Amino acid sequence: MAQAHLTTPAGESHGSYGSYFIGFVLSVVLTAAAFAIVMMHGMSPTATIGAIAALAVIQVLVHLVFFLHLSTNSESRWNTMAFVFTVISVILLVGGTLFIMHDTSVNMMSR
Amino acid sequence: MAHEATMHPSEHGHDQEHGHESPVVFGFWIYLMTDCVLFGSLFAVFAVLRDQFAGGPTGKELFDLTNVGIETAILLFSSITYGFGMLAAQKHNSGGLTAWLGVTFLLGLCFVGLEINEFTHMVSEGNGPDRSAFLSAFFTLVATHGLHVTFGLIWMAVLMVQNFGKQRFTERMMNKLTCLSLFWHFLDIVWICVFTFVYLMSVV
Amino acid sequence: MLGKLTWSAIPIDVPILVGTFVGVAIAGIAVLGLVTYYGKWGYLWREWLTSVDHKRLGAMYIILAVVMLFRGFADAIMMRTQLALAYAGNPGYLPPHHYDQIFSAHGTIMIFFMAMAFMTGLLNIAVPLQIGARDVAFPFLNSLSFWMTAISAILINVSLFVGEFSQCGWLAYPPLSESQFSPGVGVDYYIWAVQLSGVGTLLTGVNFFTTIVKMRAPGMTWMRLPVFTWTAFVTTILIMVSFPILTVTLGMLGLDRYFGMHFFTNDGGGNQMLYLSMIWAWGHPEVYILVIPAFGVFSEVVSTFSGKPLFGYKTMVYATCSIGVLSFVVWVHHFFTMGAGANVNTFFGIATMIIAVPTGVKIFNWLFTMYKGRVQMHASMWWTLGFMITFSIGGMTGVMMAMPAADWLVHNSLFLIAHFHNVIIGGVYFGYIAGLNYWFPKVFGFKLNEKWGIRSFWCWFVGFYLAFIPLYVLGFMGMSRRMNHYDNPDWYPWMLVAEAGAILIMVGIACMLVQIYVSIRDRALPENVDLTGDPWNGRTLEWSISSPPPAYNFAVVPTVYGLDAFHHDKELGRQGTHKEFEPIHMPKNTAAGVFVGAFSFLLGFGAIWYIWWLAAISMLGIIVTVIMRSANTDIDYYVPVSEIEHNEAEQSRRLVAQAAE
Repeated sequence: MAQAHLTTPAGESHGSYGSYFIGFVLSVVLTAAAFAIVMMHGMSPTATIGAIAALAVIQVLVHLVFFLHLSTNSESRWNTMAFVFTVISVILLVGGTLFIMHDTSVNMMSR
Repeated sequence: MAHEATMHPSEHGHDQEHGHESPVVFGFWIYLMTDCVLFGSLFAVFAVLRDQFAGGPTGKELFDLTNVGIETAILLFSSITYGFGMLAAQKHNSGGLTAWLGVTFLLGLCFVGLEINEFTHMVSEGNGPDRSAFLSAFFTLVATHGLHVTFGLIWMAVLMVQNFGKQRFTERMMNKLTCLSLFWHFLDIVWICVFTFVYLMSVV
Repeated sequence: MLGKLTWSAIPIDVPILVGTFVGVAIAGIAVLGLVTYYGKWGYLWREWLTSVDHKRLGAMYIILAVVMLFRGFADAIMMRTQLALAYAGNPGYLPPHHYDQIFSAHGTIMIFFMAMAFMTGLLNIAVPLQIGARDVAFPFLNSLSFWMTAISAILINVSLFVGEFSQCGWLAYPPLSESQFSPGVGVDYYIWAVQLSGVGTLLTGVNFFTTIVKMRAPGMTWMRLPVFTWTAFVTTILIMVSFPILTVTLGMLGLDRYFGMHFFTNDGGGNQMLYLSMIWAWGHPEVYILVIPAFGVFSEVVSTFSGKPLFGYKTMVYATCSIGVLSFVVWVHHFFTMGAGANVNTFFGIATMIIAVPTGVKIFNWLFTMYKGRVQMHASMWWTLGFMITFSIGGMTGVMMAMPAADWLVHNSLFLIAHFHNVIIGGVYFGYIAGLNYWFPKVFGFKLNEKWGIRSFWCWFVGFYLAFIPLYVLGFMGMSRRMNHYDNPDWYPWMLVAEAGAILIMVGIACMLVQIYVSIRDRALPENVDLTGDPWNGRTLEWSISSPPPAYNFAVVPTVYGLDAFHHDKELGRQGTHKEFEPIHMPKNTAAGVFVGAFSFLLGFGAIWYIWWLAAISMLGIIVTVIMRSANTDIDYYVPVSEIEHNEAEQSRRLVAQAAE
């Protein structure tokens, strides 16, 4: 880490018109797909929810790579690590809350 | 690294064009991570309360997907226009920066306008945040995102003005623009989760 | 015009409050008068209030924490006295309405404004010095964080004399805290004070995390980081993942109260149990936020005063990290009785018990560090030994309650109260006071008096057991917490013992005041003044510079070659190698933090009393101040080489004088 500290980083990557454009096209396609799946009612509700959730995850990744320029190279490794850690924390929080609240309502027959 | 900058004043700002990574941008990213937890908490609350209608309207009855689609399109466009603005800023192209940020600002303004319109419409029909737990959670989550966008707009306006002054394309200015860029794109990511988990899943 | 605020909000009919007000007013006027008399306003404003220097901010944090300790302790002894009196028909001297405010204020103040402020103060003083940095990553934000904490502390104390405070306990559980059952301004005071201070804490977390990641001296790899800095690092991570949850939870409670929403209400589909889950998802990491830096202090103290490197440095680091991670998956143990099924309670119960393992590792590490060491019984060492005994007991009662079945028996009883005071006083408070005794000379250039420090320790140590062991017993006897009066004759003698313990703790606090007074009085005596900057034969970088350090800390940024960097340098005779000085780039002091703080105070006050014009103007004031700060380009300066040379020559002269003696 200290070695990384001594070298002057070249700065984070800024992307280019091309990369922004690729990211934009991908996200438009993914968004349109999610809306289309829901509005056309082609699938069962469970399948629809699974599909749009998957599309959302992919789109988040697209934004992270093409717009936020997150990568695993040495300059933004800390940014990426912080993000991964945060996502794990949020999953623990959301998952834990749902687990607790669902179990409580089942156990107490309150809902 | 400001650290180096504090040690070698002679080199201070020598490679500002390359936007050498200062703790400012990293620190702001870390702040965004805390914001991520904040939104995560709001999503957790929404997930728990999403079926607590208390006899009031459900999401399926309330949400207008066309409106949400337009809002989404606006935000996606504003992301790429801000990106183009950053590319202009890196070339110290002041006209380009102002133009692209101006477009981004207008798009953001449209987004906020549409959201306010949606909210006032719902409230006027008696379906405000005090109607049910579901609506409390919905309004709070979506309005928190909207407030972030509004704050981003104020920030954008300030930076556009400041870039005509003493700070024009200084290292400090580039840091601020980069932070706002992270903020703006981050809000896009939150919006992806909002339209998927709040709007689309409510109408499935 | 003034919203809900009327003359009737001033409690002139409560003699205790009037007396307190008169006392506070006289003391306040005396302090202000003295500052005016000595003409120190300019000095105070320029050098302290607007300072962005982490050492000064640290000192101000700790002063705030000590003042809040007095307030919190006054609440504590009033409660003990009430329960020593209010037995068998005697109503005591505190009516329930007042008593409930006192226990709510006691918890809120002790956690948010005593412990958090003290912790942040120690972080401010030690972390940048230990990593060889000239300041934190964001000095202005550091000042802003301090002011957010300070004004929230003022706001919560204003509730004493204007209106009332919350009567819902330190976590304001709904539905009691909803406007249906608490229509007054008490809960609003609670929400705004905690929210505003939470902003400060969150910024501190971001600031110190960035500082530790980005500003370490060359050569200071992660496995060369001093243990206190490691604990600070883990604490900042916990702050960043938990405080946003608090913001959201209290925000929702506020929305329920201000806008009639239905997050936690009885009707409209609200769910109080969601509040419990959310608030403890913050609340459990919070107690680790407090105690982990205390573990760091003990590590530094034990190793320094045993004259040995810390035993098992790496296991200490891994233990700290695993405590940090585990603290995020145990929150249900605060509400096992809420009604979740066996799956939930078992999972969180086991996770809780596992935490005892890394904590045990730490205790053994400290013991083995002392083993065969040349232990000097400095005051901070006394606090450390007291901690090891006390905290072990508290930890064991914690593991007891980690069993859901056992927890059902003692939930919300005084057993729980005894447990968490056992770990918070025995762990957090003892640790912070050890840290105060340890780092005081670094900040002020003279040592704290040891005799009075050790007296204070013994009063606290014995007083703690007298005050809280009875509560364990009473918990088993079925006495629940937050009772205003009772008529069980079996409880009465134990309550008297607890009162005696509280009085002994009061003597301990008085000893600390005497200690500070005596130390300041005798600061120029040769045995007290810290000429070398290294009074304890320290091991880490903060002891390698003068006491107090210059604003820029290090004339030349040190290069680190190993763990315990300064000890290493001393052994190899590497100190004093003269290098070329260069001008040092430093941030200028700024009043922006003070102004944002002042506007935030008015914002909170306006919102509490529904004085919306005041709240709106204050909000605007905050935004305008921030924009002006952002537009200001006169924010830094260079320390000239001549000044650095002068300071360094002074320090060399002192070192030579000390060596000659």
